[in-house]
Amino acid sequence: MIEVKRLSKRYGEKEILKDVNLTIERGEIFTIIGPTGSGKTTLLRLIDLLDRPTSGDILFNGIDANASSKRRRETRRKMSMLFQKPALFKTGVYENVTYGLKFRGIDRHSIDEKVKHALDTVGLFDYAKRIAPTLSGGEAQRVALARAIVTEPEVLLLDEPTANLDPIATEKIEELIVHINREYRTTIIMATHDRIQGQRLADRIAVMMSGEIVQVGQPHEIFYSPKNREIARFVGVENIVPSVVESNDGGLAVVNIFGSNITVISTLKAGEGVLVCIRPEDIMISRETGKSSVRNVLKVKISKIVPLGPLVRVKTENSLVALITRQAAEDLQLNAGDEVYAKFKATSVHLACG
Amino acid sequence: MNEIINGLIKAIELIVTLDPEVIDITLLTLRISIASILITSLIFIPTGSLIHFHEFRGKRWLINIIQTLFALPTVVVGLLVFLLLSRAGPLGFLGFFFTPTGMVIGQVILIAPIMTGLTISALSGVDKTIRDTIVSLGATEFQAILATIKEARYAILAAVIAGYSRGISEVGAAMMIGGNIRGYTRVLTTAIALETSMGNIEFSLALGIILMSLAFVINIILNRVQQR
Repeated sequence: MIEVKRLSKRYGEKEILKDVNLTIERGEIFTIIGPTGSGKTTLLRLIDLLDRPTSGDILFNGIDANASSKRRRETRRKMSMLFQKPALFKTGVYENVTYGLKFRGIDRHSIDEKVKHALDTVGLFDYAKRIAPTLSGGEAQRVALARAIVTEPEVLLLDEPTANLDPIATEKIEELIVHINREYRTTIIMATHDRIQGQRLADRIAVMMSGEIVQVGQPHEIFYSPKNREIARFVGVENIVPSVVESNDGGLAVVNIFGSNITVISTLKAGEGVLVCIRPEDIMISRETGKSSVRNVLKVKISKIVPLGPLVRVKTENSLVALITRQAAEDLQLNAGDEVYAKFKATSVHLACG
Repeated sequence: MNEIINGLIKAIELIVTLDPEVIDITLLTLRISIASILITSLIFIPTGSLIHFHEFRGKRWLINIIQTLFALPTVVVGLLVFLLLSRAGPLGFLGFFFTPTGMVIGQVILIAPIMTGLTISALSGVDKTIRDTIVSLGATEFQAILATIKEARYAILAAVIAGYSRGISEVGAAMMIGGNIRGYTRVLTTAIALETSMGNIEFSLALGIILMSLAFVINIILNRVQQR
């Protein structure tokens, strides 16, 4: 539905976007995750045709969206964008939601019907007569969402829509995003620096770093098979150990970390330099070696135990990090200095090209 | 001290008894200041918007010049219009010299920089995300301009109030262009200047009170509109 081809944007000397290529399918929730300042907002603004690219094209249903100002406006009218700030107009809630329809010259009667429906969708039907400045942050963002969807856009662009909201308001907005996607088949492109939010909502994820799309894939691919060290770190892979493939027997590779051989599912051949990636929540801690289906067992010495709400973060002397439940940690009576076994499945390990 | 108290009593008397001359002067003052603020608003709010919404070379300079002209001395405006409108001037044939119309022209010139400049700052004060939102919602260029002006309406109204206040309170241009002709071009400010110089302190004070009241009432009305 939207194709971004070789898109670049520079402001003066600074290159904000470098050769970005993306294809977004109709009806999917596509999230762009990446650290603050990586160019996510710039990309969304270019897709919404608010700014012009320095070079490259944006195709909307196969047609060049930047061909003329008329085409830009026509294309823009098939989309809506929700910004980090609600940016409500200084007027009533109802009036706020009418803007997009008025710009399109829709008749009064239909406007009334659509506005009421949109306010109902975001759960603010009773707020129609309220004045915008009297709303809470979450309510204001929901009005902004109603204002964005009232024109029945084919594509909804969301730029960090919950960055300024508390967890409860965030959850409400996320529910609405999914609802809008399911109910109206609206294609959603969302930028977020919150990788967990990206994972929660997305059908597909693109990771953006320093103005480049570094990886695109389904959430499990991004979170379990990150392409390189930077992506791995950003998506929460805390254990990244450089190593070399010792052997590979029909997809079952052996690599050495911390002096022990571990088995990994991989197609990489013997002799290749790799980064061994293991998510901390995939490592179990145990007092004995035990006999289980878990293939890899490492003997480790605990250096530090940090409680994190319902979880506990266990760090070992060789800098392996495991996240286990508080309950498990209590049952094992773990203490710094204890020698324990760290276990993980062959499928929990991902080898990234080093 | 006595003089001031007597003046106040006399002033209230003149106002309460609806002294015909006071009424005449007041009505003319209102007519001229309202006409000039309407004309200025109609021409210079759009002018300010035009400058704000377009990028061109020397824009920064133009805005600096406009802001400098906020301090345009009223007598300089008087002189300028005098040169244009007097019988020997290039626009003398219009016959506007020593007429209320001429005085309106003077006030428009006087207020124009304030209205233009404050309109530009009012529009610049509209949040960038608001402007992006307007465009993102599918506005045409013209719709975007209207929506931005609507968003800046309170600040633009402040510009109108400032312009009106400058117009109604000025005396230099009114004196030089209108000539302070009794019953024809005499307004509150020129009357106060004349009556004071003639020693009619009570009359001057009465006119002063009326002038302040007019400014006050108009401000209250506009503020009401602003708070809605």
